Amino acid sequence: MLRLDRISAGYGRAQVLRDLSLEVKPGEILCLLGRNGAGKSTTMRAIMGLVPLVSGTIWLGDERLSDLPAHEVPRAGVGYVPQGRRLFADLTVAQNLEIGLMARQSGPEVRAEVLTRFPRLRERLGQKAQTLSGGEQQMLAMARALCLRPQVLLLDEPTEGLQPSMIAAIRDVIVGLREAGVAVLLVEQRVDAVLDLADRVAFLENGSGGAVMTADDLRANRSLVDRYVGV
Amino acid sequence: MKVYALHVGLLALLLALHFVLPAYHHGNLARVMVLASYAMGYNLMFGYTGLLSLGHALFFAAGMYGMGLGVQHLGLSAAPALILGLVAGAVVSGVLAALALRTAGVAFMIVTLMFAQAGYLSVLYFGALTRGDEGFVIQQADRMLWGIDLSLEGNRYLAALLLFGTCLMLCLWLVRSPFGRVLVAIRENEERVRMLGYDVFAHKFAVMVLSGTMAAAAGASYGLLFGYVGASFASVQYSIFPLLWVLLGGAGTVLGPFIGTLFMFYLIDLSSGVTTAYMLLAGVALVVLTLFAPQGLMGEVRRRVWRGVP
Repeated sequence: MLRLDRISAGYGRAQVLRDLSLEVKPGEILCLLGRNGAGKSTTMRAIMGLVPLVSGTIWLGDERLSDLPAHEVPRAGVGYVPQGRRLFADLTVAQNLEIGLMARQSGPEVRAEVLTRFPRLRERLGQKAQTLSGGEQQMLAMARALCLRPQVLLLDEPTEGLQPSMIAAIRDVIVGLREAGVAVLLVEQRVDAVLDLADRVAFLENGSGGAVMTADDLRANRSLVDRYVGV
Repeated sequence: MKVYALHVGLLALLLALHFVLPAYHHGNLARVMVLASYAMGYNLMFGYTGLLSLGHALFFAAGMYGMGLGVQHLGLSAAPALILGLVAGAVVSGVLAALALRTAGVAFMIVTLMFAQAGYLSVLYFGALTRGDEGFVIQQADRMLWGIDLSLEGNRYLAALLLFGTCLMLCLWLVRSPFGRVLVAIRENEERVRMLGYDVFAHKFAVMVLSGTMAAAAGASYGLLFGYVGASFASVQYSIFPLLWVLLGGAGTVLGPFIGTLFMFYLIDLSSGVTTAYMLLAGVALVVLTLFAPQGLMGEVRRRVWRGVP
């Protein structure tokens, strides 16, 4: 589904990603693991067209995503929930969702489906986004991305700084998306969460791809976590 | 429904005032309505989209000079001259948008300011055509629109009300439309809007052309209704005015520009009747207002009284 073919990218002269190749399949959760600065978030931004590629190609099915301008990547079917949520703070929950729905002319049935995944948001529709709790804001950020009916969802540390009950709720949503056939590329620092959620794990080291393995293999070989993530 | 009632109610009140106001305030209010139309255009860009322009006088003057030069040198009657003013504003704002929107933040402010200054200096430089600093008068014979003499007070007021009403209802419809929602989202977080699949540049371009055309409509109308076209309307002062009016009235509110313009107009008018240091009084009043109503007058109404007012 989503395939990164030897991409290199960076900011100006600072090259962050080097010859990185990855693939996320439909209905799969692929987790990116790596130290701070390894290039996890940059990988997501490169997929979204926010960081220019120096070389390589990004494919979504048969479509070359890397040829599209940034604003057409979400329309092609890639949803992105960045670190820090980045909501429209001064707009209500309903208006935040509306912006997402309008982007692909999604109808009320999509809105209803999204709210079914996040029933808590239904009670907060008239509330401004900035007044929501951290967990609710994360839910809204994910809900808004889902309004675009993505085939692939990129989640950058979705459980960062959340309380356990919220983490569990978001975990359930991610699992539900996998069951619905959505491919999920997840950046997560918490190794326990990775082992709990991921089908496969890809390690990043200094912007280059490292080992790729199933979560079961990682459980059997925890020393790799120390090698790629340990400080 | 309540929202439309409020805005239509204001237009009805302004129409009713036409019959009761003394001549002095009648003329003032006509002027305020035209300038408020200018401010409403500015508010679309600044209040709703978060684009702070310091060059809107260029659009106001493009409309005014497009109309005025059409009358003066091409012998156009009022209607085609007005259209020429609108087209001039649309073209100038389109060209400036294509260049200035490649920048953001402070750079955008500087680029718009520089272009406006270039426009102002061009008016002075081509004095043979524009009569430079002195400007020129639009003769009464040229201020006839479909047989209506716009130099007459009553007609002038109603024409100003028509312009104001059109701009007001256009803004109200626009900011409640999907397009308007995207503009607010751009103001809040431009990159996030792009990540939701919107062409941010196209939206900004469209709103800048719309804003510039509204400013040009106000400029062309001002020249036609008050019979004068002058370089002072292209000066930096006329780029700062709409910013002040919008901030005072409430950025990102539909009625804010009108209230801000009215407030500022009468603040200066009344304080100049009390002292020659009227700008000091006006300044103190503005400081007090900024301290106690930082979101502007309508912004405070929205915060404290009526949260749903656009």
